[in-house]
Amino acid sequence: MPTAQTAILSLPRAVGRSVIGSLAHVGRFSLMIAEVFRALGEWRIWLPRTLDEARNIGAGSLFIVLLVSAFAGAVTALQTGYQFQGNLPYYVVGTLVVESIVLELGPVLTALVLAGRIGARYAAELGTMRVTEQIDALESLGRSPMSHLIIPRVLAGLVMIPVLTIFANAIGVMAGWWSAKQVLPISNADFTYGAQYYWRPFDAYYSIIKAFFFAGAITLIPCYMGFNAQQGAEGVGKATTTAVVATSVTILLLDTLLAKLLLHP
Amino acid sequence: MIELRDVHKRFGQQVILDGVNFSVEEGETVALLGPSGTGKSVLLKHIIGLIHPDSGTILVDDLDVATLGRKELAALRTTIGYVFQNGALFDSMNVFENIRLGITDERCNRDADYCATRVPECLALVNLAPETAAKFPAELSGGMRKRVGIARAIAGRPKYLLYDEPTSGLDPVNADIIDSLVKHLATTLGVTSVMVTHDVRGAFRVSDRVALLSDGKIVLQGTPKEFLASADPRIKAFLERDFDKHSFAA
Repeated sequence: MPTAQTAILSLPRAVGRSVIGSLAHVGRFSLMIAEVFRALGEWRIWLPRTLDEARNIGAGSLFIVLLVSAFAGAVTALQTGYQFQGNLPYYVVGTLVVESIVLELGPVLTALVLAGRIGARYAAELGTMRVTEQIDALESLGRSPMSHLIIPRVLAGLVMIPVLTIFANAIGVMAGWWSAKQVLPISNADFTYGAQYYWRPFDAYYSIIKAFFFAGAITLIPCYMGFNAQQGAEGVGKATTTAVVATSVTILLLDTLLAKLLLHP
Repeated sequence: MIELRDVHKRFGQQVILDGVNFSVEEGETVALLGPSGTGKSVLLKHIIGLIHPDSGTILVDDLDVATLGRKELAALRTTIGYVFQNGALFDSMNVFENIRLGITDERCNRDADYCATRVPECLALVNLAPETAAKFPAELSGGMRKRVGIARAIAGRPKYLLYDEPTSGLDPVNADIIDSLVKHLATTLGVTSVMVTHDVRGAFRVSDRVALLSDGKIVLQGTPKEFLASADPRIKAFLERDFDKHSFAA
């Protein structure tokens, strides 16, 4: 039976362990980033692997990203039409679809989909490589795991995820446009008038800036989790789950933070 | 020369190495014996700097492995071939690419002609057909994976070869093939080898000297004959459990 004293001490101990664990993660993550920067000079190694990885991310994710954004665009148009029917001019649908997709739905939904698709894959791949000693094998050959494994994945993500977001935005808007025309008496001229009415070029930049930050989270967090996976299949599973959850939460936090910093400075 | 002086290592509360003293002379093959879970692989990983000691010194060619910088450690590692327990082959690459990665001289590694010659050469040294180069690790048997792991380790013409349980999980015939290979490579390439194993029979066949790691310490380091003659109860217990002493004494 635990005594009252041990019960009282167990909470601060748990908090202490949690704080130390979090600080250890911060320390290891910072070290990994420093190692990544140090290994950037080994471009002969990471460049060809980055191109392969970029092809993998781009071609492999395009269909699901476009599918999700098309549905998001269509639903946005249908719900906007339903809510504002008879109250506001139809061109407002164009405004809302474009602004919703470009500012929020395009980058965030793309990022959340890719957190599952790419993030889980990176964490599982690197975790498996860790537990099967493949990462140790690389190091034993005097090679840097950063230039062989981490940099190609991170750079490919930083380039390709914003590109996928641009495609997602375009398809989302087009799907919204098409859907609006199916259920509302809205002309192409109305939709484009509404789309342009509140449009600022900064909206496009904002969307890409967000996608770039999300790409950092989608690549770095899973790479870190996989790289530091504990032994065994359970360790890989835990690293993968933690990577997806942590990346998704980080995407939502970054979304809020960037909205405050860039839209309401 | 490889030398470990008073090396201590613990993981959490568990003491793994408790003042290990161990040395390997140039050109010799030393087998490091010990029951499973005694820290043999941990000791081996200290030699190549994959694990750092809590205290003590690890010298390879008079360089203190634990204090080396990133570049110096990478340079030292190119002189050491490490054979992992389960091969640790890169499963996204075929055998050719795996072995090519073992060519640690960057200029040679980038030279396609050199690699096209060196990879089959390494495959031949481990008794594998040149056609194996096109296969992926998933298509290989356990024994073949181990041999490809050895081929990768020797591809960079290392001075030292460290084997982590090269025969574990293999049937006796394949284990004998790997043992013969270790001996053959030591003779033909003139490398200094350390072989971690719990297979006493294989260790005695292959090595010039044998060491027993028990309770975090090296109990004895000597020739197989000295080992057999030892009155230490830990050695006797280990030999009686794993090895028919009389078959070798004869």
